[in-house]
Amino acid sequence: MHPAFQGLLTIIIGVGGCISYFYFSNQFLDKVLFPASGPNAGRNINRANIVRPWLFLFPALAALGLYLAYPVFETMRLSLTERLPGNRSQFVGLDNYKQMFSEPKFWEALKNNMLWLLVVPALSTAFGLLAAQLSDRVRWGNIAKSIIFMPMAISFVGAAVIWKLVYDTRPIDQDQIGVLNALYVFFGGTEPVTWLTIPFWNSFFLMAVLVWIQTGFAMVILSAALRGIPEETIEAAIVDGANPFQIFFKIKAPQIMGTIVVVWTTITIVVLKVFDIVYAMTNGQWETQVLANYMYAKMFTANDWGVGSASAMIIMLLVMPILVWNVYNARKEMR
Amino acid sequence: MDNIAGTKSSLVWAVHLSLVALVLLWLFPTAGLFVSSFRTADQISGSGWWKSMVSSEQNLILRTAPSADQVEIDGKFVIEGNLFEDRKASDISVWGTTSKAISDFKAGDTAPLRGGGSVTVLPNGDYKVEHSEALTGKRGSRIFVTATQDPEFTTGNYKNVLFNPGNREGLGKAFINTLTVTIPATIIPILIAAFAAYALAWMDFPGRALLIAFVVALLVVPLQLALIPLLKFHNQIGIGKGYIGVWLAHTGFGLPLAIYLLRNYMVGLPRDIIENARVDGATEFQIFTKIILPLSFPALASFAIFQFLWTWNDLLVSLVFLIDSTGETTVMTKQIVELLGTRGGNWEILATSAFVSIAVPLIVFFSMQKYLVRGLLAGSVK
Repeated sequence: MHPAFQGLLTIIIGVGGCISYFYFSNQFLDKVLFPASGPNAGRNINRANIVRPWLFLFPALAALGLYLAYPVFETMRLSLTERLPGNRSQFVGLDNYKQMFSEPKFWEALKNNMLWLLVVPALSTAFGLLAAQLSDRVRWGNIAKSIIFMPMAISFVGAAVIWKLVYDTRPIDQDQIGVLNALYVFFGGTEPVTWLTIPFWNSFFLMAVLVWIQTGFAMVILSAALRGIPEETIEAAIVDGANPFQIFFKIKAPQIMGTIVVVWTTITIVVLKVFDIVYAMTNGQWETQVLANYMYAKMFTANDWGVGSASAMIIMLLVMPILVWNVYNARKEMR
Repeated sequence: MDNIAGTKSSLVWAVHLSLVALVLLWLFPTAGLFVSSFRTADQISGSGWWKSMVSSEQNLILRTAPSADQVEIDGKFVIEGNLFEDRKASDISVWGTTSKAISDFKAGDTAPLRGGGSVTVLPNGDYKVEHSEALTGKRGSRIFVTATQDPEFTTGNYKNVLFNPGNREGLGKAFINTLTVTIPATIIPILIAAFAAYALAWMDFPGRALLIAFVVALLVVPLQLALIPLLKFHNQIGIGKGYIGVWLAHTGFGLPLAIYLLRNYMVGLPRDIIENARVDGATEFQIFTKIILPLSFPALASFAIFQFLWTWNDLLVSLVFLIDSTGETTVMTKQIVELLGTRGGNWEILATSAFVSIAVPLIVFFSMQKYLVRGLLAGSVK
């Protein structure tokens, strides 16, 4: 069966299945289990209304539980076990973690991830704020926003190709086709540089890709926040003789601080999960390893599920504070 | 307002110029890929893409015709022809016969050939090889020319990448595969999420707040944690690696955002409509399908775009759950990563393949930007 046909069939089965599940389960509840007629009509309606939310929620909760919640605990378990031949496994305590902590590649990945965490959210938010502030003041601002926002639609892999062309290196006697080396040679560089192979700095060339992608996101959210600032506060500042920079840093920035934090944490999570860019551009060579790629290499190249799961747990651990913070805020908002 | 305050016009100019600089900086890398995908391999490696719009000087290595083409005229063996053959003709300024001295002769000069005899090259590429003895050798002599070429673009790369059945690295199949992954993985979670979101928004039951918190928590759980457990699970229930697995995985991973977005939107719908419908005796199922779903269209569209972009651009989930050792089910992102490894220098292939894969998301992006922005604003946890 051709996969495209299979896909069509899956859509029909999936959508049809969903609709008939919801339709028939509701029918069953209202007509058979607790009919809204007869001597107990009132009580039956109440009972049906107690059960109904769970009918609506069941497929989603089952999928969430199986595909996101259960794996967290299973990964935790796997990180404490070792795979043995013949589908068996053995509890080994913290051995996987010990082994991981003894690997220099892990510390390199962790160090790089920390660097990413410092640089990418900061630069994306800063550029996003700048773009939002500038584009709100000119008539062609919407076009500018569209263009800066555009990389959001581009895959990390596509972006990796785009930026590899920017970083391309040719021998000195040829024309440089990578714009970075072309500029470098133009401004007096003697020897074209293979940017992605210089340890430490090459991580920054990879980060540039993610900053380029995420700035648009930051800009869109921050631009909406900037527009939400009450006019009076700005007018009052102008009357008091504040200059544009003071208005921005003393009046506007404090009022959108909450949004800045949201943008920052959202990009932080993207950074923690970043995999495709490193995988496609350097695959962790030349000391550019990051946690997600380290984990992938452990799990699927070295086939070491124990250490792979342990490194996944490290990513989870790093996400945890943001998770708690988000849940705390969401609950506060609902009250 | 700036005018009221009497802001200096120099500041206005600074704003315009900085924004222009920022926009150009953001556009430049993508533009490079786009322009490169319409250039031939020679052009790409000959000069930077930013020079493609103007006539440029290029160093080319061309060949004279093989000795089979020679004719005998007045006791001399002669080969005549044009160096550019089926390429676009361009203006030769200087040329040479060895790679050490590629600019020793001007157009119109006559130079000795290494194997004896001489060759004359004219600016338009016409040449004449003369030798007193019969020429031998299957291939002609190499001529190194420096020529000015007019800007030239081709769609040949796209034909080769997309429609050439002989090209084993072609993207045609991967394109179909990506589409096959994307469409069910976009549609199925929407429906499941919509029902759940309605329950979380408009039904009262114990534990609702807890469930919402649960969804918010799952929003940020890295899917890296799910890879091995789910692969094990898929193997146990007999799905293994394949489309079913990747559809299920994308559905599961997309649900938290879907539920969160839709619930936030549905909560904002006017209470009167729903309560009136309840009073009029509509069942919850009817309220959902007849009122809530149509009214929630903007939120549904937002999520659909997110999920589409995310599944189309995904690499990790497909690597783990879909692509088996046969490579029959490879998706575009995976194929491009492979090309990066094997064809790292062939920018005409890389650029074109990459652009094919980002073209569809870009079309979706520009045609539905409104919904995307709306979704982003609602979806970032406040």
